[in-house]
Amino acid sequence: MAMQEKKTSRRTFLNALWVGVGALSLAEIGFLISRFLKPREQRFAENTADAVIAAGSVDAFDPGSVTAFVRGKFYLARLDNGGFLALSRTCTHLGCTVPWVDDEKRFVCPCHASAFSINGEVLAPPAPRALDLFDIRIENGQVLVDTGKRTKRVGFEAAQAVYPGRA
Amino acid sequence: MSTLQRVWASIRGSGPVTNSSSNDPRKYLRNFLLHFRPAEVPERSIGFALTAYLGVASTVLLVMLILSGLMLKFVYEPSATHAYASIVYIGSEVPFGQLLRNLHRWSGYALLVTAFLHLLRVFYTGAFHGPRQFNWIIGLALMALVLLSNFTGYLLPWDQISYWAVTISTSLLDYVPGIGTPLKELILGGPEPGPATLLNFYALHTAILPLSLVFLVLFHFWRIRMAHGIVVRRAPDERLTSPLPMVRTVPHLVTREAAAALLVVAAMLALSMTLDAPLAEQANPGMSPNPTKAPWFFMGIQEILMHLHPLFAALVIPACLLAFLLCLPYLRHDAPATGVWFGSKRGRRTVLAAAIAGCLLTAGGVLLSEAVLSADTASPPTVLRNGLIPFLAIVAVVAGFYAMIKKALDASKSEAVQALFTFLTSAFLTLTLIGTWFRGAGMQLVWPG
Ligand code: HEM
Ligand code: FES
Repeated sequence: MAMQEKKTSRRTFLNALWVGVGALSLAEIGFLISRFLKPREQRFAENTADAVIAAGSVDAFDPGSVTAFVRGKFYLARLDNGGFLALSRTCTHLGCTVPWVDDEKRFVCPCHASAFSINGEVLAPPAPRALDLFDIRIENGQVLVDTGKRTKRVGFEAAQAVYPGRA
Repeated sequence: MSTLQRVWASIRGSGPVTNSSSNDPRKYLRNFLLHFRPAEVPERSIGFALTAYLGVASTVLLVMLILSGLMLKFVYEPSATHAYASIVYIGSEVPFGQLLRNLHRWSGYALLVTAFLHLLRVFYTGAFHGPRQFNWIIGLALMALVLLSNFTGYLLPWDQISYWAVTISTSLLDYVPGIGTPLKELILGGPEPGPATLLNFYALHTAILPLSLVFLVLFHFWRIRMAHGIVVRRAPDERLTSPLPMVRTVPHLVTREAAAALLVVAAMLALSMTLDAPLAEQANPGMSPNPTKAPWFFMGIQEILMHLHPLFAALVIPACLLAFLLCLPYLRHDAPATGVWFGSKRGRRTVLAAAIAGCLLTAGGVLLSEAVLSADTASPPTVLRNGLIPFLAIVAVVAGFYAMIKKALDASKSEAVQALFTFLTSAFLTLTLIGTWFRGAGMQLVWPG
């Protein structure tokens, strides 16, 4: 009786060992695969040295205007009070590219009809958040946009705009 | 014996002992088939009225997809710079290239349809009860693989349609809390679709998914053998006589299946000769076309997205539906009627009522939500106002419907569950139709035309 119990427990132990070794090797394979896939990210990533884009001189942008930058994938919006915002062109709903409709003075998404104001705020759903922002610096009268620094936000706050004189 | 004869004899082998001593070459086919089919099947299981040969049609389509896909691999180049050009090249320069591309595209769509109809047939003939419960689960996994195959294949032409469809479909993941965004970036190989995405999708579409499909289909078939074949059709309340009248698999079942298979091949060829697979301009990340639509097989989800907060449209509702489908065979059914279409006479009536109710209530709900939406466009949607509250309203309607079927029609639990399934399926199909045909520019509701 005692012998048998011992035997069963040895068998259970060995079985558990097998399962453990199996799980371990699966984990190793999973690790290898994830390592294998890793370097591709750098290969396909866009060159980060180009992240800061010189948009142009402050005077080139009229108040109330929106200028598209294809390479940086953003819009430079100049508010009526002279402040600058660099808006991501990606709709916060599901990622379509939103065009600026100059007649209506708003961004209108072709995909599910979300609309955004010049400062990126949602005017019409289904988009749940205002358009993302990129960092802006103004140096020597030049507007510099850092497309590597993206800020998510819910709505517009006055402090988000960058003004030429005050920077 | 000449050398040739000896070689032939070696290929033929001595073979299994059969009682047909004839030299009929068909006996090789028969021997082969009988390796994975039983020698005899119930006469009542082989007719169109039970299966509509939808499983057979799905199998044939899978084989056609693998063969035509292998051919396409010789011309297609999976890189963002060359993919589009290689598709154009297939269509314009390669002899029969366009036909092959059409065949692959339409077979993929057709497989979605036949697999889904097969799912419905399995459900409505009660073929998911024990001992076939787990084969229902395997079937759901097959359905998922077929969907994923269609989705990954959709991107490969790298045109405006495919690029934006994949953009909006994968952006849905951003709304899944926690793991959503990392998962999306894993699938895309970066924050947005790009060259890495194409390579990922290509590897999935041409190796991992088809291999999994073939493996799982064989498992599916094996489980049918384990359950002693498919269900036996009977009328409501009919008791099966035992022993069941049997027929020989070869030729009775096999010739029917072969006829169905040939019909499928002929239909796909005819379709591919008359209708070209779509191709728009090359993908342009800077411009979304208006309207940009999800692939048609995700149109139901897209339509829900027009009305509900994405957290609910993309996660909560699909998760609830999936859980329902997975639990179906394991619910405690009080009247499991295996092999009876719709379970009972009352079952037929409740299914019809549920299908109509699902369609009308969904269409009404869409119109109502559209009216509310256009009245209130001031503030961005929130999880509470555009998610939880409408979701609870939907749950209340569905639960009310279930209770009504059960009380007013005095239905058994099995019949009520069947009605619930029908209601949800009908609602989903209605949403798919609305998204596909009744949405125009700017995603406004329009009459198709
Ligand atoms: C690639 C997709 C699929 C293929 C190729 C396939 C193939 C088949 C075939 C050939 C049969 C024999 C009976 C018949 O022809 O109807 C069968 C039976 C069955 N299938 Fe599928 N199937 C697929 C997907 C599914 C799905 C999506 C489900 C449900 C979730 C499912 C559940 C079942 C069950 C439960 C049976 C047994 C039916 C019975 O006993 O009457 N299958 N399948
Ligand atoms: S992606 Fe812009 S509204 Fe849906």
